[in-house]
Parts: sequence; C-alpha cells; structure tokens
Amino acid sequence: MIVKDQALDAVMLRNDFPVLSRSRNIPALVYLDSAATTLKPQCVIDAIVRYYSEYGGSVHRGIYQIAERATEEYENARKQIARFIGAKTTESVIFTKGTTESINLVAYAWARHILKPGDEILLTEMEHHSNIVPWQMVAKTTGAHIRYLPLNDDGTLNLEDAHRYFTPQTKLAAVIHQSNVLGTVNPVERIVKMAHDAGALALVDGAQRVPHHSVDVTELGADFYVFSGHKMLGPTGVGVLYGNLEVLDKMEPFHGGGDMIRTVSMLESTWNTLPYKFEAGTPPIAQVIGLGTAVEYLSNIGLDKITAYEEQLTTYALKALRTIPGIEIYGEAPHRGAVISFNAGNVHPHDLSQLLDRDGIAVRAGHHCAQPIMTRLGISATTRASFYLYNTLEEIDLLVESIRKAIDFMGG
Amino acid sequence: MDDFRDLYQQLILDHNQNPRNFREIPDTDLLLDGHNPLCGDRIKVYIRRGDKRITDISFTGSGCAISKASASIMTTILKGKTFDEAKKIFDNFHRMITTGDANLEEMGKLAVLAGVHQFPARVKCAALAWHTAMSILNDKTHDIVSTET
Repeated sequence: MIVKDQALDAVMLRNDFPVLSRSRNIPALVYLDSAATTLKPQCVIDAIVRYYSEYGGSVHRGIYQIAERATEEYENARKQIARFIGAKTTESVIFTKGTTESINLVAYAWARHILKPGDEILLTEMEHHSNIVPWQMVAKTTGAHIRYLPLNDDGTLNLEDAHRYFTPQTKLAAVIHQSNVLGTVNPVERIVKMAHDAGALALVDGAQRVPHHSVDVTELGADFYVFSGHKMLGPTGVGVLYGNLEVLDKMEPFHGGGDMIRTVSMLESTWNTLPYKFEAGTPPIAQVIGLGTAVEYLSNIGLDKITAYEEQLTTYALKALRTIPGIEIYGEAPHRGAVISFNAGNVHPHDLSQLLDRDGIAVRAGHHCAQPIMTRLGISATTRASFYLYNTLEEIDLLVESIRKAIDFMGG
Repeated sequence: MDDFRDLYQQLILDHNQNPRNFREIPDTDLLLDGHNPLCGDRIKVYIRRGDKRITDISFTGSGCAISKASASIMTTILKGKTFDEAKKIFDNFHRMITTGDANLEEMGKLAVLAGVHQFPARVKCAALAWHTAMSILNDKTHDIVSTET
C-alpha cells in the first residue's frame, strides 16, 4: 500500500522485484544498469503469465471468450499507456517492438516518402545510434542531408546558434529527450517549437525519459514521441510510437500484412484506421499487457516521487564518485537524469566492469551505442552506472568502494 | 601455481602496466590495424621479417588489460619464430581461449590467459592482437582486422 505523500521506500519496493528479492547470490546483486534494461516487478511477470495461462487467444479476430478478453486487455493497456503519457486519444498510440522500431517506422513510412534531395534532417551529437542510423539510411535513398546540433563540453546541447541549423530545407528534427550516456535532459520543448517555426516536424526519443519523469506528449507537441517498454519495468519486445494524428493519418503503412488492412483484393488493398494501420500481423499481446501493468505500477507509486528519489540517488552518487582519485565524470549538465558515465584512473571500462562484477555490481561498459559522443569527448569507452526506483544509497556506497578496490588492484 | 580460473593473473596486470615491445617499427611495411568495434579498442601490430622468420614484432594502441597483456605476451613469444611456428602457436592459443582445451605446460606464459574462455565477452579482447598478427603473416595487409566480421 502506497501512501501518496510519503517519500519512495526503495527497500520495501525491492520486495516486488524477484531478481532482487529472491536471488541468493553472494555477493548480492547490485543492479546499476537500468538505462540498458530494467528489472521487472512480480505484477508484470504475473500479467504475462496470466495471459498465457488463462486467456492466450489472438486479438481483434476471434469470436470466442478468450480472444475477446485478450482484445479487451490489449486495448486496455493502450488506454493505460495513452493516459500515462498524456495522449488525448488511443488512436495516436501505436505498439512497436521498441524505440528502434518506432524510429524506423517514421523513417520508412514518413521520411522515405516525403524527403527530397537537399532536404535536411537535424539530429544532435548526443543521439543514440537508433536515432542516427535510420536517418543515414533515409538520407542515402532520398538524397537528404543530416546536420547535427553540437554538444558543449559540459554535455549540454549548444543551442546558441540553433537558428542557423533550422533552414527552409529542414524537414525533421529528431532529438533525444534524455541522454543515455551523459544523463543530460534536453530542452525538447524549445527544439520542438524551433522545428515547427521552421516548418519541420519533430521527433523526440523518450526511451530514457518516460521511465523516470512524467511526460505529457500533448503539451510537448512533438509530432512523434517514441519509447521502449523494457526500460520502464515492462517486458522486452514492445515499445510505443506516439504520433500526431494528422501526420499519422497521411502516412503510408510501414509493414504490410494482417490486421493493418480494411479490404484486400488481388490487385490492391486499403488500409485500416489508426492505430491498426501500423500494427501489421499478430502483435506482442502478452508484452503489451505487461507494459500496461508496468505503467499502472509506476503510476501507483507516482512519477513525481520516482523523479525526486532518483535525484537524491544521482546527487549522492556524483558526490561520492568525485571522492575517488583520478575519476573523470562525463556530463555536467545542471538538468540531468539518473545516468552517470565515468572513467576511473587508467582502468579500462571493460576491466572495471569485470572487476565490479566480482562484487556483484552490474554496470555497463563501452560506447553505449553513442559513438559520436565518444568521438566528441575524445575517448573510446566509459563505464556507466544508471539508477532506478529499486536502487539504494547503500548500493552507491558499494559501487564507490568497489571502484576504489579495482583501481588499487589494477595498479592505478 | 596461480588459479588459472582467475581472469586477472599477476602476469597480466604486469604486462598491462608495463607492456613489452610497445613501440613502432618504423621501417617495415608489415603493419596492420586491429579494431574491436564493440569496445572501441584499436591496436596496430608491426612485424619485421627475415628469411621466413619474425625477427622483430611490436604493437601500439589502446585497449583493456586483457587485450594489452595478450598483445604484449604475444610479441615476446613470437619474436624469433618462423611463420609456421607462429601459426601453430596461434592455433593452440585460439583453442585455449575459446574452449579451454590446452596443455598448460606447453603454453608457457600464454597459460595466464587460459581463464579467458570462461568469459565469452572477453575472448575477442584476448584474440585481437593475434588475429591482427596472423593477418599480416597471411599477407592480408590491405585490410583493417575487425573482430566483427
């Protein structure tokens, strides 16, 4: 039972996560890689098991009870998610495999049909590969150009000359809401407005934002807002594309197949209404229902409470990490999320994460699918610790202690 | 004897901190880049050849302790070997780090890398310098060696 005005009690919440509460590992798992994927609460696992064990029928087809229940639960999840992100209608909430597929959907079903040679796609130096590579593929087929808003040394976007990057040729600005490497929260409201003023559409990659902070897609006004289920306590294999109805309506389908059509003849077909036009084939039913449950779990706790708790963890972690001699932290943005990238002494991130694993600590090492940031910072890799509602201050102490040990072990 | 299940043997830490033959060989055309795109590690291996024999071998670049130590130990072992001997040592080494199957007595210093096979994510680190050196010996000096091909 959660009392609304109390601070978040992570120690109690940990009981909801079987990987944390049931594990008999020694040392105990300290999971600091939620920016990659989050652990799942029992209620999400139960919802998935319930679908498969009680009513595992297909959706939008069967005229029998379990199929009707599956459809109802599936569509109910869409309502829960629409509410969660402030979408006015469920038609604008499309289920995909994840953030990557959501962006590819826009690249294929919108950009490839619209962009002409000389048109411009505006990205930032902070993007994840999933918000770079699809646009490079689009540019190659359409003759469009990609431009990048530059990064400041502190890990914020340099928007001083941003107006120069928006030209009459700009057709799309695609921006990460919160960096998966630097933690920076970008002023996406401002960028969406600049895009619209320039007559361009705006796509915001919310994969690292939606799990940690309340988002209102209607207020933000981006034409596309994308995120993944598995980074917000939901299952893998499901994500969301929220889209502006007018834009979605004019778009061609992405995949052709069952459920996305209205009529099919030997010569041609007509398309189903939104959102089904973009959901060809049998969808990930269990995953969608699981994501609905995850969203309900997060809402019951309260996103504001989660954000406040993560701020506490991040402030504590930054301070504690800075006490380690030779540590370098990448990203000093004043407005940031619960993600910290760093290098410790001369210890390579792969060695560091391997040594932390001996103490049961799971962190990420590498370029985090964001090589342009690494190039900009002049490094090849970082170690990254990222936090979520189930992490504790004690776990951060363990991290810091283990890093100190690793530096000693490797001889500085 | 050290516990060979441990990834970070003392000798590995030593070669990581004080890599041997960590230098360029300026006047050779037998050199090649090795790249592990997963971790961004980049090394360059140099070989000087005389009468089908490796008369000098060195490396430069950056990487994790496993890749650096493996490169360093490799240079100390392959110096003076014939190409055929080097290829045979590589075969034995590669089998050891991928399957754990090896005669540790015969492997000499390379035995410190026997534990790598228990850490599949690190096999590529240990193999990078070796693949690069073997590509040179196999006359494939026109390419960059990548662990992701």
